[in-house]
Amino acid sequence: MSLLHMAVLAPFLLALIVPTLYKQFRQIHTGWFVLILPILLFTYFLRFIPLTKQGDVITERADWIPSLGIHVDFYVDGLGLLFALLITGIGSLVVLYSVFYLSKEKERLNQFYVFLLLFMGAMLGVVLSDNLIVLYSFWEFTSLSSFLLIGYWNERERSRYGAQKSLLITVLGGLSLLGGIILLSIMGNTFSIRELIAQSGQLMDHTLFTPALLLVLLGAFTKSAQFPFHIWLPDAMEAPTPVSAYLHSATMVKAGIYLVARLSPVFAESGLWLWLVSITGLITLLWGSFSAIKQTDLKAILAFSTISQLGLIMSLLGLGAAALHYDSIGENLYVAATVAAVFHLINHATFKGSLFMVAGIIDHETGTRDIKKLGGLMQVMPITFTIAVIGAFSMAGLPPFNGFLSKEMFLASMVNVLELNIFNMDTWGVLFPVIAWVASVFTFIYSMIVVLKPFTGKFQANLLDRKPHEAPIGMLVSPIILALLVIVFGIFPNLLSATIIEPAVTGIQPSLAADDFHIHIAFWHGLTPELFMTIGIIAVGFVLYLSLPKWQKSLQSLPERLSLNVLYDNGLRGLERSSASLMKRLMTGSLRTYLLSIFLFFILSLGFTIYWKDAFTLDTKHFAPIGFYELIVAGIIVAAAIAILFAKSRLTSIIILGAVGYAISLFFVLLRAPDLALTQLVIETISVSLFLLCFFHLPLLASRKEERMSFRLNNALVSIGVGVIVTLIALSAHSNKLFDSISSYYLENAYKEAGGKNVVNVILVDFRGLDTMFEITVLSIAALGIFAMIKLRLTRGKDPS
Amino acid sequence: MFDLALKIALLGASLSMVGFLYRLIKGPSVPDRVVALDAIGINLIAFVALASIVMDTGAYLEAILLLGILSFIGTVAFAKFLEKGEIIEDDRNR
Repeated sequence: MSLLHMAVLAPFLLALIVPTLYKQFRQIHTGWFVLILPILLFTYFLRFIPLTKQGDVITERADWIPSLGIHVDFYVDGLGLLFALLITGIGSLVVLYSVFYLSKEKERLNQFYVFLLLFMGAMLGVVLSDNLIVLYSFWEFTSLSSFLLIGYWNERERSRYGAQKSLLITVLGGLSLLGGIILLSIMGNTFSIRELIAQSGQLMDHTLFTPALLLVLLGAFTKSAQFPFHIWLPDAMEAPTPVSAYLHSATMVKAGIYLVARLSPVFAESGLWLWLVSITGLITLLWGSFSAIKQTDLKAILAFSTISQLGLIMSLLGLGAAALHYDSIGENLYVAATVAAVFHLINHATFKGSLFMVAGIIDHETGTRDIKKLGGLMQVMPITFTIAVIGAFSMAGLPPFNGFLSKEMFLASMVNVLELNIFNMDTWGVLFPVIAWVASVFTFIYSMIVVLKPFTGKFQANLLDRKPHEAPIGMLVSPIILALLVIVFGIFPNLLSATIIEPAVTGIQPSLAADDFHIHIAFWHGLTPELFMTIGIIAVGFVLYLSLPKWQKSLQSLPERLSLNVLYDNGLRGLERSSASLMKRLMTGSLRTYLLSIFLFFILSLGFTIYWKDAFTLDTKHFAPIGFYELIVAGIIVAAAIAILFAKSRLTSIIILGAVGYAISLFFVLLRAPDLALTQLVIETISVSLFLLCFFHLPLLASRKEERMSFRLNNALVSIGVGVIVTLIALSAHSNKLFDSISSYYLENAYKEAGGKNVVNVILVDFRGLDTMFEITVLSIAALGIFAMIKLRLTRGKDPS
Repeated sequence: MFDLALKIALLGASLSMVGFLYRLIKGPSVPDRVVALDAIGINLIAFVALASIVMDTGAYLEAILLLGILSFIGTVAFAKFLEKGEIIEDDRNR
């Protein structure tokens, strides 16, 4: 256990004592106690920056299940550190914000902070784990704690729906990720990510490579809300706003991004990876930004915007994979895509976090998040408005904020696709910048909606539940810090480039690290195509925003039909219905049907095995000669058995059954088994009398007529089939005797060893007496059971007689 | 000669058992069947006795005695069932 292990485990430990703190210090908001931890962790992780800047990697190991190669290996490189700083940094701000957002009196704060801390620890574990199994464990922990946080107001139906939906989708992805991990470990014979990366060259040719790639990507796409698995994210907005800001903009939804970035060195040589990641990202980008426009709920707009921005980062990571197909870093244009991805990841966390907090403040101070009701808040909430302007303009990609820079880099990477001469990119590649440009226009429009609709226009006090006023300063601190970061990163982007972005890019593309490379993010980089694209975005976006009322109506009716939620809901309902109807059809409750299927299975499985293995053999060598008397007795038994089937009354059946039993005892006589014959006679007599007893007690119902058994063709077929199969098996088994029986030993030693001349009895009580003991037990249990059934009448109410 | 006699006797016993079986299956009323079953029991005694002579063993003599007892008890039980509808009466205060 090292300090690093303690750092990851600390949130879990604190989560243990949060309920006690909540109970003991009721007058202090529990969030203040919690706040200390992420700040401590943030400063702890800041210390790693000088190390990772030099390209050093810090690893710590603790054993978990060493025999299976599962160690709790944590390691900090540029990529892991970037995420750890995001998690702890934004975590601190969110906890601070939540202290003012959540009421001490009304909310169950102990639960909230326990869930939040569990999530924080799990997320740290995901980004710092080197062992894939440990990573998966933490991964599922994030799904679980996110489920708990979304359903925090569990008395609301929508919260429970959103929580269930997100759990189903993310766990679907989580399980497929587990499959991918197992395939990877089979290929590379290790769970360690770094060891897998080291042998990535050999993995390419393995047959399991493509399935592993697809499964891992499915896991990453579901977690990061990529198309078509994005549908859980808008419904997760039922969570408290600090949760939305933390989980569903800055951290958890980036776990999939992290996974793609982390495993890029393993998979990125493959063209499939490049195509899947970049195209899924682009589709998500377009669809998310398009859907965001038609939303009227502030948080829903932000949710779809998160989806589209995640798609943007994902597509950049996909294109970054192209860098591996070029040798030298010098003229390699595609490293720039990875740089853009990492930079936008940071930027998105800052501006989206602040925007969510702004939405929370508006909700908190006005009682609604509906943009149709809101308007003219600029004068009432000037600070919030300022923050919103900074965040939204950064999201739209306007200078001088950081979103402008990363958007420029994004457009540049998309334009560079045209120069890519692998995978036929020269023909279809033209779609990339076009889609990117269109999506950016949409992004501009919804960013303007977010900032202009609530704050400008007419102030309608009568539509609002509360009298709006500026938020308390405590609530504003976190978004102000984030907005300041947006500006600082926008104006001085090179603060980040050497310290954070370079080590992170090295983490994503370690094979390129050999070459010296330095990133310089310039504000003004000349009259490049992307600059004109940005100007075009602003111009077209502005025109479209102004004419929004004219075309928004037609938009409203269009996407409703294309919604994937309909598919999800119908799919879930259909699944439940079809399984219910399947159960209804299979589990009829009729024993006759069950027996029919049991026997059918018996016939089919055994018959198929006999046919498939060609197992039927008939060897008459061991057959004894058939005597005349045996023939007669057999004839009697057959005649009697057939007669039972056609007996008119039940009494006749019982009597004929007795005759069968006696004839069998005659067989025992003929085959020289006197003990069996004796026992068979007695038992047959007793069981016939028991049958008579049952017959006598049958209720005298009018509907019960004494008549012949009705004939059913499938019953006849199945019974004949069972008989034939058993006969075939018996014949084959007899023809395939592999070795002699051991009975000669008993015959020789019954008197010598056990002092008895009756070999059967000696076997029963001496050689194999244990069986006899338990058969005695069976009889006692049966007797006791019958006694209990007759005597105990536990039916509620009176005596059934 | 003795062997032939045994075989003829066994054949006779078998054939008579087939005859009783016919009555057992066909027998228009239940008492017919019960009597047939009783006769089959007696027939079995003969059959077992003859068989044990053929096999030259005394191991089946218990079976013969048991069959005698059982077919008696069985027939009595059937008869009582047919007459009174139950075999063991539990009503002591007649």
